[in-house]
Amino acid sequence: MSTADPVTPVLTKRWLSPNSWRLSVYEQLEGYTAVKKALSKPPEQIVALVKDAGLRGRGGAGFPAGVKWSFMPQNEEKRHYLVINADEGEPGTCKDIPLMMADPHSLIEGCVIAAYAMRSHHCFIYVRGEVLHCIRRLHAAVREAYDAGYLGKDILGSGFDLDITVHAGAGAYICGEETALLDSLEGRRGQPRLKPPFPAAAGLYAAPTTVNNVETIATVPFIVNGGSDWFREMGTEKSPGPKIFSISGHVERPGQYEAPLGTTLRELLELAGGMKDGVPLKFWTPGGSSTPMFTAEHLDVPLDFEGAAEAGSMLGTTAVMVFNETVSVPWAVMKWTQFYEHESCGKCTPCREGTYWLAQVLERMVEGKGTEEDIDTLLDVCDNILGRSFCALGDGAVSPITSGIQYFRDEFLALCETNKSKQSESALVGAQA
Amino acid sequence: MTEVQDSVFDADIHAKAKEIISRYPQSRSALLPMLHLVQSVQGHVSQEGIAFCGKHLDLTDAEVSAVATFYTMYKRKPCGEHLLSVCTNTLCAAMGGDAIYRKLQEHLGAEGKPLGHEATAGTPGEPGSITLEHAECLAACDLAPVLQVNYEFYDNQTEQSAVELVDALQRGEKPAPTRGAPLTDLKSAELQLAGFFPEDAERFAADVDGPSAATETLRGAALAQERGWVAPPMREENA
Repeated sequence: MSTADPVTPVLTKRWLSPNSWRLSVYEQLEGYTAVKKALSKPPEQIVALVKDAGLRGRGGAGFPAGVKWSFMPQNEEKRHYLVINADEGEPGTCKDIPLMMADPHSLIEGCVIAAYAMRSHHCFIYVRGEVLHCIRRLHAAVREAYDAGYLGKDILGSGFDLDITVHAGAGAYICGEETALLDSLEGRRGQPRLKPPFPAAAGLYAAPTTVNNVETIATVPFIVNGGSDWFREMGTEKSPGPKIFSISGHVERPGQYEAPLGTTLRELLELAGGMKDGVPLKFWTPGGSSTPMFTAEHLDVPLDFEGAAEAGSMLGTTAVMVFNETVSVPWAVMKWTQFYEHESCGKCTPCREGTYWLAQVLERMVEGKGTEEDIDTLLDVCDNILGRSFCALGDGAVSPITSGIQYFRDEFLALCETNKSKQSESALVGAQA
Repeated sequence: MTEVQDSVFDADIHAKAKEIISRYPQSRSALLPMLHLVQSVQGHVSQEGIAFCGKHLDLTDAEVSAVATFYTMYKRKPCGEHLLSVCTNTLCAAMGGDAIYRKLQEHLGAEGKPLGHEATAGTPGEPGSITLEHAECLAACDLAPVLQVNYEFYDNQTEQSAVELVDALQRGEKPAPTRGAPLTDLKSAELQLAGFFPEDAERFAADVDGPSAATETLRGAALAQERGWVAPPMREENA
């Protein structure tokens, strides 16, 4: 366990500076010093450094970034692509958008280093479309970086070329799935692809491609400057480094808190001033709605990839949504399920049909028209989605339902109680009244 | 490709379409930004807009339609001067987003009927007209409940502040977003989403410098500064 301070501003440190998004400010605050170092080393050395640091993907899955990079071919028979997944849309997740607004150059510098390490000369930043100010800042920053020679031909006299294209999406959560993102970037409906082949073998335009999350890549310049040992002074052995915890909901001071991985909710709540108005905690997510919910029993679970998994959830994006006792679990689960129903891309049957029926059953229950059997129906449908869907959206869709029923079955049952007297007249789900 | 000039899209828009194509190794990648481009002209994706994209990218109308109908941000009906999106995903909803959406539905409705999802109060395209929608998570949960006008953020809203915002928009005013550039209209926002920003450098700088540093965004960093907490120092040989 690290002995680092409770809050360790690395990625978030520059955010306090006025006009932190401008190149001139970035350069005053050690900006573009890492790229100079990186470009003087062989690409393999950068990959090894990121591997040694143990940097794990910050987009939710936690795959080791350096290992992912090492899957890229060593030759350049085909063009290589680096694609940044900035399609932040997982409910509760709100770290990449503020990062790109406040410090877009840290992402761009990370892109140059990462592209150099994997021999790519074209990088795409795929940003969700609904965040215009963030897109505007990225465009401005890319423009500044070209003018200053950090992008384009022969960057800083190194002989390395890189172009960055900022690409705005158009409102589809599924495009956060990396292969759906690639289809979308190719101008198609954003639907996931069968894997293998993985993007490193056949990604964008069927060429070798690495897709990385914003926070992951923005961390890279700091690792280049600080070294892998420095990075490992924060966090845990298998989940090293700082991480932006986005705390939202019923706390006194919601916001972005960058703390070492392995920090617990109890510690985060202290930072965030405790529960709002002292109303007790009921349930929370460690990393977005696709990560099974936790309760007050889980206040001391270390929030790193291993700790969250051992306790029966996932670390996800460290989007910590905190709900107090006033919130109905079946209602919250219904709202999330409506989201997954809307965002299911329609490619595979279990997810398309499953989320459609799950939402209707839950809506019926919340209306007080459910039966006890509905709980079994929900779990049965979930069982047919989990692991049987084409991509992780289906798996994510069942997380709130199964964890909600696991911890709060009584609340689902209570909804049915009110209906017991009139059970004989309960309609079939989907039947027209 | 034939240089057919039509009545809807002028030479400048055709030139912009070509510029979008030039950003990508393969032309079809231009389709999403190009659909934003046609929305910047008409405020929605019309059949002419579909044909326009198809012509530039050598795709059939069916191929373009298949893409346009997949994404929430492409609107198939004419929209208001402003698009108002209220986050009603779980976290925002629990913090008041559902109540705000219902309130706005009533407030913008007519003849006792609440305004529906993606329906427009006023005549589409006319000044002060507003298209209302409920939106999925907008990645601003620490600032819940949030709404957007033309994809600029209005954070920490209440029913009252949302009604005041809508009233101001209907009067033709442009209240400044909490985080974002000075407000324009949906069509201008769509042009930026297609990747075209103000050519006037001062105007662009003013847009870029529009506020973003919300208290919530900076809370962790500010708390660390106040308490003297820092990340471990980098060693000299590396720094």
